[in-house]
Amino acid sequence: MQKEAEIRDPLILGNKTYHDITVDVARPVEGKANKYWWILFSLSLLLFIWGVLCIAYTIGTGIGAWGLNKTVNWAWDITNFVWWIGIGHAGTLISAVLLLFRQKWRMAINRSAEAMTIFGVVQAGLFPLIHMGRPWLAYWVLPIPNQFGSLWVNFNSPLLWDVFAISTYLSVSVVFWYIGLIPDFAMLRDRMSSTLSPMKKKLYAFLAFGWSGRAKHWQRFEEVSLVLAGLATPLVFSVHSIVSMDFATSVIPGWHTTIFPPYFVLGALFSGFAMVETLLIIMRKVVNLEAYITIKHVEYMNVIILLTGSLVGTAYITELFMAWYSGVEFEQYAFLNRATGPYWWAYAIMMTCNVLTPQLYWFRSIRTSFVATFILSIFVNIGMWFERFVIIVTSLHRDFLPTSWTMFSPTFIDIGIYLGTIGFFFTLFLMYARTFPVIAQAELKTILKSSGSEFKNKK
Amino acid sequence: MSTKTLHGIFDDEEILLSSVKEIRANKIDIKEVYSPFPIHGLDKALGIKETRMAITAFIYGCVGLSLGALMIYNIMIIDWPQNIGGKPNFTFYHNLPAFVPVLFECTVMFAAHLMSITYLIRCGLFPGSSEKNPDPRTTDDKFLMEIKVDGDISKVKEILAKTGALEINEKDD
Repeated sequence: MQKEAEIRDPLILGNKTYHDITVDVARPVEGKANKYWWILFSLSLLLFIWGVLCIAYTIGTGIGAWGLNKTVNWAWDITNFVWWIGIGHAGTLISAVLLLFRQKWRMAINRSAEAMTIFGVVQAGLFPLIHMGRPWLAYWVLPIPNQFGSLWVNFNSPLLWDVFAISTYLSVSVVFWYIGLIPDFAMLRDRMSSTLSPMKKKLYAFLAFGWSGRAKHWQRFEEVSLVLAGLATPLVFSVHSIVSMDFATSVIPGWHTTIFPPYFVLGALFSGFAMVETLLIIMRKVVNLEAYITIKHVEYMNVIILLTGSLVGTAYITELFMAWYSGVEFEQYAFLNRATGPYWWAYAIMMTCNVLTPQLYWFRSIRTSFVATFILSIFVNIGMWFERFVIIVTSLHRDFLPTSWTMFSPTFIDIGIYLGTIGFFFTLFLMYARTFPVIAQAELKTILKSSGSEFKNKK
Repeated sequence: MSTKTLHGIFDDEEILLSSVKEIRANKIDIKEVYSPFPIHGLDKALGIKETRMAITAFIYGCVGLSLGALMIYNIMIIDWPQNIGGKPNFTFYHNLPAFVPVLFECTVMFAAHLMSITYLIRCGLFPGSSEKNPDPRTTDDKFLMEIKVDGDISKVKEILAKTGALEINEKDD
């Protein structure tokens, strides 16, 4: 049996038994949705439909429907792409890196964080696809034999690395998620709940792949999870490093820096954990998981946000220092313009939301408050969107020829597509919250005796 | 004599584990244990060999790396070498740094997917397969030990009851 120091706070509250965990995890699936779920779902669906219309308009008209111009030829699309990819990173960090570190608190939140990863990467993938202008030719990014004089993709290009990195990341995340889901689907199948329709029962039996929980199968399950975690860990770091190389391998002042890969990875974890908090603080209320997603979980995540936020702040200052220290006047101007130019307000939002407000987590009372955490997590979400906007647009809008200096302003199509992906993301997540076992209950049962409140108090 | 199948049902993994040890010490073969979650030490107590899933992952990773390298070599060096940004394109190893990301992704993609597929095949898990656990409670909160007995079952039943089984069901084969 696993042991745990007695002074550690329990991770499962409310004197649960194994059966209670089963019942609590199955409840959202077997029960009916409440009013709040329907309100949130309708809003998300509306936003999603609006996004689909804007995407259809873009594809029908062309990329001219966006606010891009000759100088600022990358703006909201790539900002949103990097933002969504970054959000995806926390899921894999929680499920893979924290598994390798044997962090027990990951077990109550890893399923939802992985779901968030997958849904986030789906949103991210939309943007390059739409930006191609002719999305039906998207398969041209794959190295497939063709009849254009055997025209191949360029393996020297970071944009192609991105294709490989993101498709691997998405598919490996889905596999990792599903391997863990099989025993939990089997649990739903075996409950044979009377509130589930025969159709749904058949569906869960189908999804459970005939899982039976034999000792040998569990042994393989654990090893496969561990190896997948080991594979996913460098994968997380590679994906955002490669995304940062989309910028860092160019020669644009403000992008051409070696600090980008670690800086982007940290930013991704920072924004990802903020989004996990935003989602889980709502979810624990909506589907009654207060006993499993506790303030202790939130506090652990806040500590990670504090750490990564401070490191991101260090990266911002390092960038400024290196620009000055390099002695390259173009580099120096790029950063001076970033902080004090016409986009100073975006820089100020970025600095406030990413560097200053997360420092409030040094205070225990703020770190252990759901309300404060929820508000600060929204701040981080906003701040990290602006970070990407600042990096992308301020580096482009004053380019090599002062005659072509210009500003970027989004059209309603730009805004519509962005809001549409937020709607799509929440639509998927809300549907997930009602149909999937949202907590990895099989894994959670393994820590009940070491971290459950009843067993802690007995000792 | 007829063989019978005994199902001993437990509600605690520690009691189950000590029971498994006791029964094995009495030289009685346990056919299978069904549990709602992985139990540490159960595989050793049952005498199950170590799994080779990690080894398969390593092999698949090597396959992915090799196929990725072969693909890039054929595309970038043999079929259509191009001078892109002055990067050397006549030999694979000169251009290797630029190929590292894709080689890494190919390795991970092959290792993760093929290992997962191997896992599903080895465990006989596939979409739509029907359940094989003898009691539906074993995915909830009960642990089930399955023992096949030739002849006298009373001794096995006695040990099961003594070591803490809540229910003992017998079934003719």
